[in-house]
Amino acid sequence: MSAILVENLSKTYPVAVKEPGLKGTVMHFFQRTYRQVKAVQDISFQIAPGEVVGFLGANGAGKTTTLKMLTGLIHPSAGRVEVAGHIPFQRKPAFLKKITLVMGQKQQLIWDLPAMDSLRINAAVYGIRDRKFRDRIGELTEMLALEGKLTQPVRKLSLGERMKAELLAALIHQPQILFLDEPTLGLDVNAQVSVREFLREYNQRYQATILLTSHYMADITALCPRVLVIHQGQLVYDGNLERLVDRFAPCREITVELANSYPSDKLSLYGDLEALDGQSVRFLVPQENLTRTVARILAELEVLDLAVSEPPIEEIIGRVLKAGVVS
Amino acid sequence: MTMNKSQVKGEKHVLSSILPAFQRNLRIAGTLLSVYYAYMVEYRAELLLWVLSGSLPIILMGLWVEAARSGQFGLTSVDFARYFLAAFIARQFTVVWVIWEFEREIVEGRLSFRLLQPLNPIWHHFASHAAERLARLPFAFGLIVLFFLLYPQAFWLPSPTTLALFMVVIILAFALRFLMQYTLAMFAFWIERASALEQFWFLFYLFLSGLVAPLEVFPPLVREIVLWTPFPYLIYFPASLLVGLPVNLGKSLLVIVIWTVLFFLAYRWLWRRGLRQYSGMGA
Repeated sequence: MSAILVENLSKTYPVAVKEPGLKGTVMHFFQRTYRQVKAVQDISFQIAPGEVVGFLGANGAGKTTTLKMLTGLIHPSAGRVEVAGHIPFQRKPAFLKKITLVMGQKQQLIWDLPAMDSLRINAAVYGIRDRKFRDRIGELTEMLALEGKLTQPVRKLSLGERMKAELLAALIHQPQILFLDEPTLGLDVNAQVSVREFLREYNQRYQATILLTSHYMADITALCPRVLVIHQGQLVYDGNLERLVDRFAPCREITVELANSYPSDKLSLYGDLEALDGQSVRFLVPQENLTRTVARILAELEVLDLAVSEPPIEEIIGRVLKAGVVS
Repeated sequence: MTMNKSQVKGEKHVLSSILPAFQRNLRIAGTLLSVYYAYMVEYRAELLLWVLSGSLPIILMGLWVEAARSGQFGLTSVDFARYFLAAFIARQFTVVWVIWEFEREIVEGRLSFRLLQPLNPIWHHFASHAAERLARLPFAFGLIVLFFLLYPQAFWLPSPTTLALFMVVIILAFALRFLMQYTLAMFAFWIERASALEQFWFLFYLFLSGLVAPLEVFPPLVREIVLWTPFPYLIYFPASLLVGLPVNLGKSLLVIVIWTVLFFLAYRWLWRRGLRQYSGMGA
């Protein structure tokens, strides 16, 4: 049985349209016109228990709308959703106890009180017994390195600590399915790494299913073997992350530090010139030409340093999105 | 009476499923109250201001006490003084602001977190209001003592029965007031500023609840009609009960119950439709 089953899911919103200016405002007051926005169109996928899947797409592509339908917050316009064997929108207690949603840009903890107070509410609401509650707090504070932080008012915590406390609050009932919407938003690199490590450990320890959206590709590459790419409400790719990279970027990036400056038309003979900043140059080169091009660069130009790397995944996703539908 | 085995077993089964549910709900209620109490106590200075902001009856008391000296209203100056003090107390117990909170939760999409938990969000609001009552009580009590020090001839002590009855009635009045506003709050699912509805509604509340004048001074026909609306049961009825003005207890309780049920049904209906409308804005 799949943990998440989505079939032909769609969501259409009415959005009020307003022309700019006074005339538009007056018209908007007397006669409101609405436009139907297709936020999600006919998407289907399945996720098996224990899988960690990345959910990628530009802003407004429909990621969050999909997550809201999967967690039962909003009602789908059409299609079928099943999560942990339940229909999310019915919001049955048995369903709610199995899932969680973490929203990086939102917080559930009461701002002026220590996180522990909010956690006590969650424990009571989810019916977690005192003994178990203490054990889980102990375990999660250790995994998240939050010792001593839960008794301080939430407003006194740093952004990273707060995000981790949010994660703890979202996981106190030990959900089997985690929906994470930008869980590392605004965190510094160290905090990002620790949240990522924590999610990996949580997944392994509890065989939890995770569906994750992130703007930080490092989150995706570190955690998700499989990705879903959504573009303008449609699912354009579902599969292996590496294959996505191979298909759209059978290219390598060559970064060269030169001893002298060369004109850009001369340099572009070696490959796609991506960036040229004085004496440092970045090329994009088809993979099959890699060795030959490197040899030529070393032979023909005066090189101080040279490095070959995979192009950043942001660019690959950008290309997927530009290319539109992918089979 | 005899019972067969399966009946006994059935009853045990019912009991064993009710008891844990009861214990669980008791724990939720206790936790919500204690956490929201802690939250309210964070705002000590604000609490005093909130208590004072409810002192409209005290101001009106001054007006009516003066008016009673020169006119015929069926109530003496001391009656008016006591009535408005009781109105002040009733208002302290029944102040509700849930529509502003709910509206914010919808507009900012924070309702989403509440919806993710297996507890109807109404209980969070109800508990925070109830906890605020507890936090505000000492301040209100202080003001009452101050009042009697300044105006000793108005002092009276209700009998224990009256006091007990008042407590029951004031809890019902609070529940009704809360449900009334929560029902209006449901419109936040469709319109951006549901609190505008409350502002309009407040006009009726102000005049018909007995906050501005006791219903005794209304023309008899108007009074009869008003007594079928929910408003007088929020201030006038509990206040009259406390100071010992004549009230029709049976009819009053019946009207309270009828309106409470009506608002509850309306709230449930709107809530279910509203959730289909909810888009979790900004979240």
